[in-house]
Amino acid sequence: MSSTAQTATEIRPFNVSIPEDELADLRRRIAATRWPDRETDASQGVQLETIQALAAHWATDYDWRKFEERFAALPHFITEIDGVDIHFIHMRSEHEDALPLIVTHGWPGSTIEQLKIIDPLTDPTAHGADSADAFHLVIPSLPGHGFSGKPRETGWDPIRIAKAWMVLMERLGYTQYVAQGGDWGNAVTEQLALLKPEGLLGIHTNMPATVPPDVSKALATGGPKPDGLSGEEEKAFEILKHFFATGVGYANEMANRPQTLYAIADSPVGLAAWMLDHDERSYQLIAGAFAGNPGGLSRDDVLDNVTHYWLTNTAVSSARLYWESHLAFFDVKGVEIPVGVTVFPDELYPAPQSWAEKAYPKLVHYNRVEEGGHFAAWEQPQILSQELRDTFRSLR
Amino acid sequence: MTGRVETPTEIRPFHIEIPEKQLDDLRRRIEATRFPSKELVEDRSQGVQLATIQELATYWGTEYDWRKVEARLNALPEFTTEIDGVDIHFIHVKSEHENALPLIMTHGWPGSVIELLDTVGPLTDPTAHGGRAEDAFDLVLPSLPGYGFSREPTEVGWNAGRVAQAWAELMHRLGYTRYVAQGGDVGAAVTDAMGRQAPEGLLGIHMNLLVTVLAGPQPAESEQERAAADQLATFRESGFGYFLEMATRPQTISYALLDSPVALAAWLLDHDTDSYYKISRAFVEGEPVGNLTRDHIVDNITLYWLTGTGASAARSYWEDGQALAQALASGLAPPAISLPVGFTTFPGEIWRTPRSWAEKAYPNLTYFNEVEKGGHFAAWEEPQLFAEEMRAAFRSLRNGGSS
Repeated sequence: MSSTAQTATEIRPFNVSIPEDELADLRRRIAATRWPDRETDASQGVQLETIQALAAHWATDYDWRKFEERFAALPHFITEIDGVDIHFIHMRSEHEDALPLIVTHGWPGSTIEQLKIIDPLTDPTAHGADSADAFHLVIPSLPGHGFSGKPRETGWDPIRIAKAWMVLMERLGYTQYVAQGGDWGNAVTEQLALLKPEGLLGIHTNMPATVPPDVSKALATGGPKPDGLSGEEEKAFEILKHFFATGVGYANEMANRPQTLYAIADSPVGLAAWMLDHDERSYQLIAGAFAGNPGGLSRDDVLDNVTHYWLTNTAVSSARLYWESHLAFFDVKGVEIPVGVTVFPDELYPAPQSWAEKAYPKLVHYNRVEEGGHFAAWEQPQILSQELRDTFRSLR
Repeated sequence: MTGRVETPTEIRPFHIEIPEKQLDDLRRRIEATRFPSKELVEDRSQGVQLATIQELATYWGTEYDWRKVEARLNALPEFTTEIDGVDIHFIHVKSEHENALPLIMTHGWPGSVIELLDTVGPLTDPTAHGGRAEDAFDLVLPSLPGYGFSREPTEVGWNAGRVAQAWAELMHRLGYTRYVAQGGDVGAAVTDAMGRQAPEGLLGIHMNLLVTVLAGPQPAESEQERAAADQLATFRESGFGYFLEMATRPQTISYALLDSPVALAAWLLDHDTDSYYKISRAFVEGEPVGNLTRDHIVDNITLYWLTGTGASAARSYWEDGQALAQALASGLAPPAISLPVGFTTFPGEIWRTPRSWAEKAYPNLTYFNEVEKGGHFAAWEEPQLFAEEMRAAFRSLRNGGSS
């Protein structure tokens, strides 16, 4: 800390250090969990066997300090924007001409989703890529998430967050930059693109909002699929239809009554279950990790993120983002600047190229990759890093 | 216990005695609650307000005495009997009046038999409660499977239709050959199903929630119809989270409902706007509306906690969701109800059912009334008024048929 009076626009270094008694309290609560009986059908949500395996690992072998040490070694900062303290990781590349990139996480994620892409993006030559592809990385925590402050007033929707990101990049002195996100990170990134800040050259998304109006309407009303869909489009329609029919309970509750979820503030296992139950394929991936078959996410990856939510007590404040937002998640927003899209096969829906081309008139990159799902950066950091290099090469 | 071999159809007396250490554990957990930050609005639009839940938690953890309601329950004749593989708990109070009409009443979610306790006196002993001897009922109050002291099903398939079949078996087992049925909320779904199944002996039904609206749009021409349609639309748009979560992923929310008393309390409080504000008022302002006192509310929540039924009760929504999806996919209309149906609209209900909607759902509507007060938990909130509705709705069905 400097000795001068702090101004609101100051950028302060931030250090992560959780008191030991909070970790002891967490372990105590996990050990004291009172369990329900087993589900009577696998479709009823997070399965007892999975969550008990998670709890057993969490209360005994799992070591938050291991993660904290790695996390604290990164350059963390906090700056107040629009009345809220925004936490961010700011990793500059050693390559001078690196392109500044702001990457936004989603729910139930955090900056932890992005840790594995820091090295490949800031230090490409150590990862088989060219120095011309280097990025300076800015990875903020959404308001109400992680180590960012919790808004005390309503209005913090993705549009307001995008405006804050504009201020952040400006405050960091970046006059030309690009942006990336999936999930809420995509919502914020697309809103940033709609604001057309002078320095924003383009965006990349791994969860694009491409659903055409007639398809969106059919999905909302439960109507039949619109005529004239291609095979790929029909597949996307069917997947979305299934998702809206069976997979949006969590989102609906958080959009309607986030405050009712005292559950996820008071019970570690309650929180873990709520966070695991996002989409069917990421749940399968995580359940696999706790059954001894890890894929793109390890047990520790998952628990680092859940523990991060627990220790910051941000489960409910993060849920409020669903309440705040009035944007349809997958509808076309009218982004006019250059866009790169990567379709990961296990994402909520596979955006067809035909939809992406209509949604983003300046589509500079579209690629369907072989592996990965909703948490692209977290699951497949090398693939996503390569996608970002390929997308933004022409915009440098 | 008798000396003979127990058969599954045996009716066994039931007595509640919760070990003290479970109550200690509950108080300990309430005291250790970790709360989130306060909501950002001045009303319930973000959910159960922090001030409300903290008042509830303080009362629950310090002054509240479970033993009082336990004694109240134990003072009633309680039984369990196994039906279709599940132990069903029920209260069975016979009237002292000879020609009393047997009535099976079914609670809903987030309720329990506790909702119905204060109707026992007026219904079984009408002369002591402003009624006449010929208005008496023999009362059967079962706990839904997976709720309260009924056991939870260990297999899928326990939707409202299957519960309805179990209730017919229960009434048969109790020796009732002529009876009526009543319900609100999930209890209304069960009662509606009983009406469609029309088991032998069932003379008629009464409901205080129109469950048929969930299957499709209703007419919105008259002023009353439009008002009800608006209420229903508001519910679907902004009050449906708990419903959808329990209908699709009951197990996911259940981990917290079993592990955190305050999580359970908040989840149970956040049902409908009218009842939420009534309950909130009881805690924040210390002024109960009707019979919704702090104790009655906490009695019900504590029953869910002590029986550990947060998950199994939530699962009943999943079961009914599966049944509804199958029915819609089949394209077949459910069997019509030809039995006499009574309906009472309580003004605070989620949607204020107009007579026209009730007539459309039940062509043989023999009784309809809209009363002055009460809401979703009609029997719980206004037991005397509710009992008067039962008397009026079923009067024409007494002594009919066989005599």
